[in-house]
Amino acid sequence: MSIPNDLRYTPDHEWARLEDDGTVTVGITHHAQDALGDVVYVELPEVGAALEAGAQFGVVESVKTVSDLFAPCAGEVVAVNAHLEDAPETINAEPYGAGWLLKLKPDDAGALAALMDADAYRAHCEAEAH
Amino acid sequence: MSLRRTPLYDRHAAAGARFVEFGGWEMPVHYGDGIQAEHDAVRQRVGLFDVSHMGEIEIRGSGAVAAVDRLIANDLQAAEDGQAVYTPLCTPAGGIVDDLLVYRLAADHVFICCNASNREKDFAWIRDHLEGATAVDRGEDFAMLALQGRHAPAVLQPLTDLDLSALGRFRAVHAAVAGVPALVSRTGYTGEDGFELYVPADRAGAVWDALFAADPALRPIGLGARDTLRLEMKMCLYGQDIDETTTPLEAGLGWATKLAAGDFIGRDALLAQKAAGIPRRLVAFRLDGKAIARHGYPVVDAEGQPIGQVTSGTRSPTLGVPIGLAYVPTGQHAVGAPIRIQVRNRVESGVVVKPPFVRPGA
Repeated sequence: MSIPNDLRYTPDHEWARLEDDGTVTVGITHHAQDALGDVVYVELPEVGAALEAGAQFGVVESVKTVSDLFAPCAGEVVAVNAHLEDAPETINAEPYGAGWLLKLKPDDAGALAALMDADAYRAHCEAEAH
Repeated sequence: MSLRRTPLYDRHAAAGARFVEFGGWEMPVHYGDGIQAEHDAVRQRVGLFDVSHMGEIEIRGSGAVAAVDRLIANDLQAAEDGQAVYTPLCTPAGGIVDDLLVYRLAADHVFICCNASNREKDFAWIRDHLEGATAVDRGEDFAMLALQGRHAPAVLQPLTDLDLSALGRFRAVHAAVAGVPALVSRTGYTGEDGFELYVPADRAGAVWDALFAADPALRPIGLGARDTLRLEMKMCLYGQDIDETTTPLEAGLGWATKLAAGDFIGRDALLAQKAAGIPRRLVAFRLDGKAIARHGYPVVDAEGQPIGQVTSGTRSPTLGVPIGLAYVPTGQHAVGAPIRIQVRNRVESGVVVKPPFVRPGA
């Protein structure tokens, strides 16, 4: 299972990356896409939407289930991945790359420090498996 | 309560299966490449399912066929020996206890395949209502494999002396498969040609292995694709589309409910419902957008008021669009009628379509 060291993670299996321009890119983890199976539909917020930390901002649907998406930190949506509208399966193929969901301008970039690092997330996944 | 495992559990794990709980069993949902690939394999070629969680009940006695016929909605008396009959099993109020595949093996021998989650309930129901024959729960004795897809005859034929070309749809016969005694049934839950094999549980592994040896390209298929395949055919799933609160007439199972062929439990209630008017119908629908309407989502009217409920929904792997089944009020169930479904905070629009969604073997 792929868990890159340079990302932060939420208990809901999302990842967040602080970019050089100060925005935060958000996606779902390899573990999450694997558990979902074939992703067929993604519902994302409008650019400009203000999200509270932990707020539900959308859903990702696979053939077998639907799963809510939660904001890893508070901020304003500055971009959504329009490519997913026609190719939602990109989330399965490249969950940490082309399958990103949205970019936030965080209210406080320091809030990412409260999320899990790779080791903590790996332990979280292992704990969930038991 | 710990989950039950089939005799093939270790083979599934070795094949990369992801497991889910289903009806008290730990079953493969898919084998790593996803539901779409497994669905396509069955539609285009062939796949093998372990459905050993399904229950088996055997009924023997000189009056076995007549005794079972008084319990089920379909007409077992009209069937020939060696014929399989799909049927609802009803409560006196006309609700559905379970949906069954009933094999008339001989006048004194009936074999029933029932849903895993209903096995104990069904056995108690049948035992308590059966007159003139004896029922035995054989669920622990049998494993069940389903070989489904247009290449199924080519895969199975080298493993048996039985001439498969002579075995018609909904026909079953005892024969050896890979040296193992089996009930070979030309039935399935996918809409494709294929076979269901009932074999002794302790020899299921030998049959499973022989089928893969016979066709190295054969794929194991999980419950995820089993659900999308059956839904594309509008085949009902018990506990989701039908249960004790729904009648066969509401669920579109009138074709398996022979009201004119003698008495059975629930017949009076169903005759009364037919006379009074069937209040709601299970319809097949597709949606215009991409969101999927799932079990329990409300069907709404133009004002947004709930008028029905989605019972099954998915994205059709074959068609690539959202499809599903829903109960709607009679009068709004005609093919071509618009349907509106509340999906989270939006209303998605769609249309009632004529089932099946997909023509198998096409």
